[in-house]
Amino acid sequence: MNQFILADCTTESGALSQLHDGAVVKAGGVDLLDLMKSGIATPTKLVNIRNISGMRGIHETAQGLNIGALTTLAEIEEDPAVKAHYAILSDACGHAATPQIRNMATVGGNLLQQNRCWYFRSDDFACLKKGKDMCFAFDGLNQYHAIFDNTTCPSVAPSSAAVALLGLNASVELTSAKGKRTVAIKDFYVHPDVNPMTRTVIAPDELLTAVVIPKPASGTRSAYQKYGEKRSYDWATADAGVVLEMDGNICRKAAIVMGAASPVVMRSPKAEAMLAGKPITEETARAAGKAAMEGAQPLSMNGYKVQLFPVAIYRTILLAAGQMGRDPSAVG
Amino acid sequence: MSDRKSPSEDAAEQSSSPQNSNNVATGISRRGFLKGAGITAAGTALLEGVQVFSREAVAATHSDVKELGPGAVPVTLLVNGKEHTIQIEPRTTLADALRVHMGLIGTKVICDRGSCSGCTVLLDKTPVNSCMTLAMDARGHHVTTIEGLPQNGELHPLQTAFVKHDAMQCGFCTPGMVMSCAALLEKNPKPTEDDVRHATAGNLCRCGTYPRIFAATLEAAGTSTRNA
Repeated sequence: MNQFILADCTTESGALSQLHDGAVVKAGGVDLLDLMKSGIATPTKLVNIRNISGMRGIHETAQGLNIGALTTLAEIEEDPAVKAHYAILSDACGHAATPQIRNMATVGGNLLQQNRCWYFRSDDFACLKKGKDMCFAFDGLNQYHAIFDNTTCPSVAPSSAAVALLGLNASVELTSAKGKRTVAIKDFYVHPDVNPMTRTVIAPDELLTAVVIPKPASGTRSAYQKYGEKRSYDWATADAGVVLEMDGNICRKAAIVMGAASPVVMRSPKAEAMLAGKPITEETARAAGKAAMEGAQPLSMNGYKVQLFPVAIYRTILLAAGQMGRDPSAVG
Repeated sequence: MSDRKSPSEDAAEQSSSPQNSNNVATGISRRGFLKGAGITAAGTALLEGVQVFSREAVAATHSDVKELGPGAVPVTLLVNGKEHTIQIEPRTTLADALRVHMGLIGTKVICDRGSCSGCTVLLDKTPVNSCMTLAMDARGHHVTTIEGLPQNGELHPLQTAFVKHDAMQCGFCTPGMVMSCAALLEKNPKPTEDDVRHATAGNLCRCGTYPRIFAATLEAAGTSTRNA
């Protein structure tokens, strides 16, 4: 890890005053230290926002939830209001990484972490995501890579929390010296086709200060499940977030979200259409899982994901609807 | 960490990323990984767009900002109830501060990436990876390491139970395991086996001593009568 200056900040305005000349924000520091230890990121100044107390905590408002960006994944997982009304978010934060990392990692940093691709995350490979002209995953090992939107850079979206927040129609609050703006999660991530090096629309002089979640409609039920190679903890090979707006057993509206399917966390309108206006049954849940794979383009080694995602989606729909318990074969 | 492999070998053979760790089971080979890279696989790639920051030009003009480093600065950390003042650079991890600068080598560094939890210590009462925590971020917190568990020369009941149940083979993961389980018992004095499994989900033991670790922890909690 290279040497750097650590600018300790106690206020938001103090931190904003430091965001120039390539200074990089550090909160929990988990993904940043990982990238720095690997030589992928070499910032000479870290803006330490970890101790800004006003940016941490979960607040219930009339409109929904406001979560400070420095709130840890463990704090979100254990929050009674999140557990009661935003089960998908509690599930997602509670199954991210390891217990130790959930104690350190902040939700802001979780949303801003870099994609998963072992070529990108090795400093031996000068790839597209590092501004070079070649992707090594197409001809190399690609079993963990994307099955959708994968023609430019097939790295996968890393964040479980983003799966939940997309399903909940959440937004992030971005703050700069000029003021605040709110960006919906669906518009927050930049597709690699647009620019493989840019992960989000956040500007260098902006700080992600909060996550804002609208109050779910009455009758909403939700769940998230993640599948990987280990049961104790793992990155997702397939994961599913499901939000169902129910009227009795009829689903008025559904959000079906996949994380490890594509470079940018995605909803599946085709899967959602299989549930809208219908009862939740094994049959409709299976049909939704199948519909979600329409248009999938697996690479040479990740065809299994086209079989795994429908199962993840089917079981998570039934979990959200209260018709099936948590899958013992899922991670965590 | 002096015997760490070069990054390329690390990535191909034993990447510390959790997903990449099952190379045998998934048929990952060095050759396959490098395929497509041609003969120019190696090449330093720095993230473009990160501008070099002129150190001379640095001046923290904002009153709510205090700059440290890049060179070593004096820092006082409260570890196991005792204050230690050490000279460290901002890039020093808590694990290195403990092991190298304070001589508290009970905390082990194994993967150095937050993937194995061998380096687990408590920050206040919360288990964290000391390898992924900057020592500077431990200022103002109570750090507890494995050396801090015994009281008045007596092992912590959990340590006694680990010995009784022979809950280790090589012992390298043990300090991290004990710290994870100690934090669990502090928060939940009567855990179930599922609670113990959940609390140690991030702690990897390559010798496979998990059942004994669970048994030892349940016995220390008084929630199991199982014997070794």
